[in-house]
Amino acid sequence: MKRRRFLTQAALFGASGLAASTHGWLWQSQAKAANMPRLIVVMLRGAADGLGIVVPYQEEEYYKSRPSIAIAKPGENNGAFDLDGQFGLHPSLEALMPEWAEGNLAFVQATGSPHVTRSHFQAQDYLENGTPGNNRTSDGWLNRLLAVLPDGTNTQALNMGAGGTLPLIFKGTESVSNLGVNNAGTPAVPMADADTRTPFDQLYTSDSRIARAYQEGRQAQGVLIQELAEEGMEASRGAPTPERFANTARSLARLMKGDAGTQLAFMELGGWDTHVNERATLKRQLTPLCYGLAALAEELGPIYQDTTIVVMSEFGRTIAENGNGGTDHGHGNTMWVLGGGVRGGKIYGDWPGLSEANQHESRDLAITTDFRDVLMSLLAQQFGLNDSALAQVFPEHQQQNRIALL
Amino acid sequence: MAKVDTAGMAVDNTQKITHVLDRLSLGPRPGDRQRVERMGVEQYIQAQLAPDDNAAPDTLTGPLQNLSTLSLTPVDIHEQYGPPERGASQQQREAARKKQRQVAQESLHARMRQALENPNQLQEVMTDFWFNHFNVYIGKGITRLWAGVYEKTVLRPLALGKFRDLLGATAKHPAMSFYLDNWRNTDPASELAKGQYKGFNENYARELMELHTMGVDGGYTQADVESLTRILTGWGLVRQNRANHDGSGFQFVPRRHDSSDKTLLGESIPGGGIEEGEKALDLLAQHPSTAQHISYKLAQYFVSDEPPEGLVNRLANRFKETDGCIREVLRSLFTDDTFWATEHYQTKFKTPYQYILSIARAVKLSNPEENDVQRLLGGMGQLGMPLYRCRTPDGYAQVESAWLNADAMLRRVGFARAVANMKDPKPPAAELLATLGDQFSAETRSVVDSSPPGMQPALVLASPEMMYR
Repeated sequence: MKRRRFLTQAALFGASGLAASTHGWLWQSQAKAANMPRLIVVMLRGAADGLGIVVPYQEEEYYKSRPSIAIAKPGENNGAFDLDGQFGLHPSLEALMPEWAEGNLAFVQATGSPHVTRSHFQAQDYLENGTPGNNRTSDGWLNRLLAVLPDGTNTQALNMGAGGTLPLIFKGTESVSNLGVNNAGTPAVPMADADTRTPFDQLYTSDSRIARAYQEGRQAQGVLIQELAEEGMEASRGAPTPERFANTARSLARLMKGDAGTQLAFMELGGWDTHVNERATLKRQLTPLCYGLAALAEELGPIYQDTTIVVMSEFGRTIAENGNGGTDHGHGNTMWVLGGGVRGGKIYGDWPGLSEANQHESRDLAITTDFRDVLMSLLAQQFGLNDSALAQVFPEHQQQNRIALL
Repeated sequence: MAKVDTAGMAVDNTQKITHVLDRLSLGPRPGDRQRVERMGVEQYIQAQLAPDDNAAPDTLTGPLQNLSTLSLTPVDIHEQYGPPERGASQQQREAARKKQRQVAQESLHARMRQALENPNQLQEVMTDFWFNHFNVYIGKGITRLWAGVYEKTVLRPLALGKFRDLLGATAKHPAMSFYLDNWRNTDPASELAKGQYKGFNENYARELMELHTMGVDGGYTQADVESLTRILTGWGLVRQNRANHDGSGFQFVPRRHDSSDKTLLGESIPGGGIEEGEKALDLLAQHPSTAQHISYKLAQYFVSDEPPEGLVNRLANRFKETDGCIREVLRSLFTDDTFWATEHYQTKFKTPYQYILSIARAVKLSNPEENDVQRLLGGMGQLGMPLYRCRTPDGYAQVESAWLNADAMLRRVGFARAVANMKDPKPPAAELLATLGDQFSAETRSVVDSSPPGMQPALVLASPEMMYR
């Protein structure tokens, strides 16, 4: 490995009491360093409905277009929580209101990718590879970011994604250790019978791709077991939350706190494709997300000040509800920015309005801010990246808007 | 060894046998190599392209007959196993849930048993291919009642047939209709537009073009998605038996249909009834992008994660020439030099489904105990590929990058040991090697040979060579 940089994936299948881990040798070599900037990206797969999350409650068009699923105005029954007199937060996100009040939470409205695709899979790829319209980019912007982070520290990144493999956003030339843990948080191979393990190890001594994967798994196993034991003890102290996502978030926060080298992390939550019965589905989806984000804020503790959490989704949904109390695939969306250093309590981005003349293709929220502008603004402020570094993370893009989020 | 006379074959005869068994089946069982050697590789391919409905052994047909829910019509299943009436007691609801679980279990066990023992292995491989292509997810409500019959009556029998037939049958099947919401899709101005049928729902129409036919870059527009949505209004779902219904669960409801004139992909579709949808499916099935999309996926499944463009184009041409006859497209694929090139030999990383079935087949697991079937299914779940549980409509990926990771490798080794223990006595390593072929490296053989005999079978099944097909 040419540089002491690692991307470690601990793919959590989301269960309770889990920890992700890293290469033992690196883990132990880390000294704790304060004030290290950190970024956590949370991806909502399936196109989360921004208009149901940060509600434009002053817009007549909103209530006209969504007779059965619009979120009521602040003060009404099940109404939104007022944010700034123009927008309100979905009632299931109440636990985030203190973050808003303390100025740690901001939203950038009418953001998204300039590419007009309404395919989940294509749009997610563009959000992850950072080059909308170009599907030949096979690496992700988080991986490219890792490559340009200032030298001098051992940097690693954690994937707490729901799948067993590395998401596109983390793929790339930076060295990747791809580790996973199962539902129960148990390691894959029983550790007891040390004698019988040896011949299996001997099958995987070469440097082929599968042998390297096997070796990484074995190396990580030792560290993992120790971490899991500690994690299990801690988890049993407090009341366990029923929500997997919140537990995963908690584990991530503890790992980042315990390991000064972890600067980048990724989590994801699926199930946002609300074609039918959006009212109930969105509520069900937002509750664990909300607790997860609140858990991150709480558990990060001393390093929350240096951490920025970005929540994004591949595109927004139609302004009007469809025939089934749901919404179909749309365009513009909202991005969430959370963290101790965020200039929050504020809505960013030009709001194009919902009136027919301003709609994208006569059906969707228009985009006024490219999602890369939001991310580039953050990266410049958070990691002190200059223009040439930013251009490596987001090639093919000239930044239009600089937003003072931090 | 007899020289194979087909031009362009880059692999030798032993390798050819390994190759056809690894790619056209879910992996060799004891005796398969010898059978292919006797009949010849080409004859084996021809036989697999023409599945014999009477070939199943008693160890398969017996247990399948006991899975009785799979013989019911979709409507009967819903009537007998569907959700309880409104206002049912807690006890009734629990009983209903238990019955629904039984239907799902029978579907899962039917698939596993056939994957293990159906001699028409190519049909079985293609059933899995089409299930992922026309994916439904049993975690979404009553989809779980119908995934099994969907596979049994649509995907398996049509697996090698005409693409248009598959497309039509999936479009009308309650499993698909429910999973992608089209059963609700209704013209808001129509007579019956109310309640859960209030208006349009684009979900199915979009995935129909993006995933099932033309592919995301296939050349359709948002206007086409909206047009196709209108065309497919009123393609409804029947849950209860009634007079003049065939039990299929499909019916066209004119009074929910938008009968205005439409344009789809530049073609005009005059307003009418169900024939609009049929014409739209014709257009989609005949579209050159569909030929390209399906051919790419087949080439990726059978040849290489990144299939050569030339091969894809040849298959697409065959698709167009034969009006989308999958049997003929596959015949072309299996006789194409690219399929036989050494560079593709033993290079496809098995998906969790393929790996687990291949080791179970290698030890000749036959008419397994319920618990063993459950353990195989559990293994797929732990490796991130639970059967029938891909939530998104794109189905499970069939490439290495989706499945190779550290945890997966450790788990595979663990399952190899578990599966070796399912057979008593365990098959000796030498027997396994004779079943599997000569692709095992000297290093692997040496580790196996120098280990205690009791561990040798598990070592063969856990070896790097077993991870590839």
